Amino acid sequence: MGKSIVITSGKGGVGKTTTTANIGTGLAQLGRKVCLVDADIGLRNLDVVMGLENRIVYDLVDVIEGHCRLRQAMIKDKRMENLYLLPAAQTREKDAINPVQMQELITQLKEEFEYVIVDCPAGIEQGFKNATAGADLAIIVSTPEVSAVRDADRIVGLLEAQELYDPKLIINRIRPEMVRKGDMMTIQDMIDILAIPLLGVVPDDESIIISTNRGEPAVMDKKSQSGQAFRNIVRRLEGAEIPFLELDDNSVVGRLMRMIGVGKR
Amino acid sequence: MLDFLARLLKSSDNSSKDKAKERLRLVLVHDRALLSPGLLESLKEELIQVLSKYMDIDEQALEVNLDKSDDSVALIANIPVRNVKRRH
Repeated sequence: MGKSIVITSGKGGVGKTTTTANIGTGLAQLGRKVCLVDADIGLRNLDVVMGLENRIVYDLVDVIEGHCRLRQAMIKDKRMENLYLLPAAQTREKDAINPVQMQELITQLKEEFEYVIVDCPAGIEQGFKNATAGADLAIIVSTPEVSAVRDADRIVGLLEAQELYDPKLIINRIRPEMVRKGDMMTIQDMIDILAIPLLGVVPDDESIIISTNRGEPAVMDKKSQSGQAFRNIVRRLEGAEIPFLELDDNSVVGRLMRMIGVGKR
Repeated sequence: MLDFLARLLKSSDNSSKDKAKERLRLVLVHDRALLSPGLLESLKEELIQVLSKYMDIDEQALEVNLDKSDDSVALIANIPVRNVKRRH
């Protein structure tokens, strides 16, 4: 029996879909059998981030309504044998399915896959309830911004109401040079406020935009700093103890400081 | 000048932003038409099956596309016929 993980945040635009794509692809790179589920009905995007948008025939709602079998709706990744995507419906609404149906679907997927990773829509309404219904673990993505952290904190409470305890935190789009100047909350600041365990820190990285342009998750790019952050995250999910990246401060000052041996290494 | 040259080189080298734009254009045609590319593909296959009963068609050259103009969507098929089968 596999494990189901929901990637959520409350606030939109913090990187849930990118995180889902990278964690799923990263786990598949480690040889795990993974199914990604896009639960953002009406606004699907995991397909384009994965570069699989041209292969969609059926979707999650088709499966739940019995228009097709689960197998028919699952899209095999073009790069990896053991990675699949179950796309969301694009022309339906969140209330096309309910949490009970979603839970049944996830349970079914867990019989076949080692990991079922669900991309949750933004918001706290029906879509959130559907996406979290069958989850064994929740990962909360937040950026170091007041609005995102506030929403993340609300999500912690709402997850508890769904009996999903002990969520893990991913801090996304951190900018080391701003943290150093004192213009961005530090990792410790965010852990202090949210009081949930840290799973990973992903730097703000241009390579994410490029990989999304191409539909190839950054985790596959050996040179990408954010890709490295996601590779660490999946190994932590697999139980490995990996120290958190000391993020390179790539600003001119940061590099100079390191050159003269002053800055943090 | 250098910037211009760099841009010129990049765009011929299929830069990622061009790739992004191209993918978006394609995905939006289908989003707006409420029909996924995969579904269009299976429609194409079934069309071939049915049409082949009556005529010999050039499957390779067959084109089925959704065309959107203003507020109406049309399914446009271009199907080259090699031979019409005679009824026995």
